Amino acid sequence: MSVHVTFATALRVLRQLRRDPRTLALVFVVPPLLLTLFKYVFYGQPETFDRIGGPLVGIFPFVLMFVITSITMLRERTTGTLERLMTLPLSKLDLLAGYALAFGFVAAVQACITAAVAFGLLGLDVAGSVAVVVLLAVCNALLGMALGLFASAFAQSEFQAVQFMPAFVLPQFLLCGLLVARDRMAPLLEWISYVLPLTWAYDGLQRAVDGGDAALIARSAGIVLAVTVLALALAAATLRRRTP
Amino acid sequence: MAAVHVRELDVVRGSTHALRAVSLEVPESRITGLLGPSGSGKTTLMRAIVGVQLIRSGAVEVLGLPAGSPELRRRVGYVTQAPSVYGDLTARENLDYFSRIVGAAPGRVEEVLETVDLVRLSRRSVRSLSEGERSRVSLAAALLGRPDLLVLDEPTVGLDPVLRRDLWNTFRRLAEGGATLLVSSHVMDEADRCDELVLIRDGRILAQSPPAELLRSTRTADLEDAFLVLIEGAS
Repeated sequence: MSVHVTFATALRVLRQLRRDPRTLALVFVVPPLLLTLFKYVFYGQPETFDRIGGPLVGIFPFVLMFVITSITMLRERTTGTLERLMTLPLSKLDLLAGYALAFGFVAAVQACITAAVAFGLLGLDVAGSVAVVVLLAVCNALLGMALGLFASAFAQSEFQAVQFMPAFVLPQFLLCGLLVARDRMAPLLEWISYVLPLTWAYDGLQRAVDGGDAALIARSAGIVLAVTVLALALAAATLRRRTP
Repeated sequence: MAAVHVRELDVVRGSTHALRAVSLEVPESRITGLLGPSGSGKTTLMRAIVGVQLIRSGAVEVLGLPAGSPELRRRVGYVTQAPSVYGDLTARENLDYFSRIVGAAPGRVEEVLETVDLVRLSRRSVRSLSEGERSRVSLAAALLGRPDLLVLDEPTVGLDPVLRRDLWNTFRRLAEGGATLLVSSHVMDEADRCDELVLIRDGRILAQSPPAELLRSTRTADLEDAFLVLIEGAS
């Protein structure tokens, strides 16, 4: 692995994103707008918004990075640039770490903007530290990125890649405990929720917002990062130097 | 000396038997033309030499190493038929990225831009360039690391005649500088510019020899006719 090549890859991915200002605008503007929407949807029951608003700041990056990376990597496959990279002295780890660096940076910016809107303009309270919420948001973004990289191997077109979002992400979103407490779901779903990474992402966020036990927050973040590493390893396995 | 040895290579892609018992040698510091109609197996053979093709049986040795060896990634340049560069970046940004991967010296980007005559367009996004210009960006990227072996899949398709001549002159200079080139084409009029020809059809090698020898052995006056004689002789 080469730090030099990793940074070059991150720079290249960021340059590509910069060339697409509309996507960047969507990445930075959509989460705060959605959060605002949530606030006024729950106008009559503000206690619900107070409960889910804070954690949502850290869930948006997961969803968006999943979509963006799966499509970026799919393009890399379909335009032949991945095949070119695989013939060059670049290790798979360089490529994946470059992606992680670039999208982690974008996610950090996104989380800061969303957090500023949430805890500033929308009047959400955070008992814990906003910095921890932002940090967890970046972890979750990396998880979304890793799952997106892996999922892209199974998509043959951008149309399919977009469909993976509801398939991979929506069930986790429903089961993670954000909308309904997990112990109030059907027992089978509660058990399933334990093995879904977004459950732990939400668990950490909720504790961070409530100012909960730092050790438990760290445990949740650890689980999220472990799944991220696992997903990256699986994604690396889908990057083949030789293809049929 | 041969830069590439292919022995009894068999490749199956999906339901097609893309290459059947292909054996050939690509001589060092020469331009070898790989000629054949579309679908004859040219790209598959090139992919096998670069080491990105899963093969069923046979052996491919490149610069003394098995094809696809990690050491070869610095020594072999491959240009696919469809330009494999980032459309949303400029030519310069693309080359900048690839030059960091191969560890090219600073200033090398400028040199290869001049080689493919793209200095003027280097700050435009690749997507806004014409097909021929895009394929030159792709070629430039392969030249960055000064590879010992260049594998070029139809590099001159869609280029205007002046540029085509210039590129062939570039290929000649590279070969004179010691590089080995394997260039595929489906147009026979480029065969004259090669030192060695490999004719391929339906996944089989019909002949391998220098152009003049091919004309002599088939008793023909041009390569198109020589190809026909060989096809009829083979069937």
